[in-house]
Amino acid sequence: MSTSEAFIQLDSVRKVYRSKREDFLAVSDVTFDVQAGELVAMVGPSGCGKTTVLKILAGLHSHEEGTVRIGSAADSFDAAKDIGMVFQQPLLLKWRRVIDNVLLPAEILGLNMGEARERAGHLLEMVGLSGFANSYPYELSGGMQQRAAIARALVHDPKLILMDEPFGALDALTREKMNLELLRIWGESGKTIVFVTHGIQEAVFLGSRVVVLTAGPARMADNFLVDLPHPRSLDIKTTEVFGDYTRRIYKLLGME
Amino acid sequence: MLLNVACPPMDNNREAGRETAREAGREAFRKWVLIIVMHLVALLAWQAWITLGKVEPYIMPAPLDTFATLLEYDTYRWGHNTMITAASVFGGFWLAVIVGVTLAVLFSWSRILNDAFMPLIVSLNMIPKVALGPIFIVWFSYGLGPNILIAFSICFLPILITTTRGLADVEPELIDLVRTLRASRWQIFTKIQLPGALPFIFSGMKVAVVLAVAGAIVGEFIASEEGLGYLMMQVQVTLDTAGMFMAVLMITAVGVALYGIVLLLERLLVVRDARME
Ligand SMILES: Nc1ncnc2c1ncn2[C@@H]1O[C@H](COP(=O)(O)OP(=O)(O)O)[C@@H](O)[C@H]1O
Ligand SMILES: [Mg+2]
Repeated sequence: MSTSEAFIQLDSVRKVYRSKREDFLAVSDVTFDVQAGELVAMVGPSGCGKTTVLKILAGLHSHEEGTVRIGSAADSFDAAKDIGMVFQQPLLLKWRRVIDNVLLPAEILGLNMGEARERAGHLLEMVGLSGFANSYPYELSGGMQQRAAIARALVHDPKLILMDEPFGALDALTREKMNLELLRIWGESGKTIVFVTHGIQEAVFLGSRVVVLTAGPARMADNFLVDLPHPRSLDIKTTEVFGDYTRRIYKLLGME
Repeated sequence: MLLNVACPPMDNNREAGRETAREAGREAFRKWVLIIVMHLVALLAWQAWITLGKVEPYIMPAPLDTFATLLEYDTYRWGHNTMITAASVFGGFWLAVIVGVTLAVLFSWSRILNDAFMPLIVSLNMIPKVALGPIFIVWFSYGLGPNILIAFSICFLPILITTTRGLADVEPELIDLVRTLRASRWQIFTKIQLPGALPFIFSGMKVAVVLAVAGAIVGEFIASEEGLGYLMMQVQVTLDTAGMFMAVLMITAVGVALYGIVLLLERLLVVRDARME
């Protein structure tokens, strides 16, 4: 695969947080490619700079050195319209019904609201919330709120979804369920997803590729394709291949 | 309103919802019965104490004597005086809401304005507003004007402060999310900040109601020729305690009416979950 086809190219990216008192090197040398349609799981310990890399991709942070390129000849990319974000907290607006929360990006972008509403309806169906379009966020469980947040990230049909530990605040069971849901949604939507997590199992289970970052400052420790078939079920976690992958990451993070 | 959400696959939940709604209804009914009964009991105890204890009426009037003053319209002009007081209270209160919210919005838009004026406003707030009464009289002479101003000056700071806090209370990650969509400042303000600040504004308004009533009455004590505060000073001379009690009740009613309006607006404008109790 030649690198010119990659949808995202990060090359020797370096990020320093500057403040009056001191400069803090958060990301030192991160290089990886993401192919269109891939689900890349970025894993590393807390505070290692995962969010920083994601914010650089989102265009929210500048970087010092290196290059970040998103979009290719085959896949054009418009930074204003082609990013959907999901965070650890659902960040739904309390005073809006679920459907209107999902529609927020469409409103901001000034899209045709009739079409957007129809799309939002389909998306709610896809994330399993079709009966809750007119509910308020507080009537939903944490997992359901996060599904709504995923629908919101998809409503303007962006090419790239950035997820920052989206299931980190959920209980273990809901989290497993959401992992399966995400794989299904990814399969149905065909989006390119960069998924940040500090869960090693989660990274291997979800990722078609895993990028491992080590702490202080974030450095690339590994970048490999996960050769497990899709669609995946929870059973694969008990396979030897899965164990090999997770062990490989544990070793890199010095936890063996 | 929130219970008629359509969720076909969740019939069990729906049934459960109806059950809890019924239970909540019973609960509310019990609460109201208790409220009314306790108020009646208090009135009865008051009447019994005065009648059986043979308390002098100029020290402490009985509830019946107090309510009897309502019949002597020519002496007290309840309707007129209550309207005058209500005008000061409502005028000062709504002026404070308009000015407080507007200033908070301006301050949230301009860091410089905020840093320049906020400390000054907080210092000015240290002045006991009641002490300004005589000065307002010099400036605006007697009447509604100075009373509205006293009520306004005493109650606008809580609204300014709660609104300021509400406008700033936005998850930074939510700002990140809309910034990736190139949301304009105006969009962030109208879609996120202002609706998010509403519960804060209402909590400031609830505090402000009580203060506005106090401000208006003090104004009427010192600088008025009409209104319930003025009426109290008038009948005090004749030791008409019953009249004074009734005036206090009417003042309370004005405050309760305004509070009720604020609660009603909150109910209409703020989703249940976001309300600050
Ligand atoms: N705005 C900032 N200013 C200064 N330092 C920051 C800022 N944001 C993050 N950091 C620091 O950079 C490091 C990486 O942070 P982050 O990217 O959030 O890590 P992760 O998401 O992997 O937990 C941390 O040590 C954090 O304290
Ligand atoms: Mg993080």
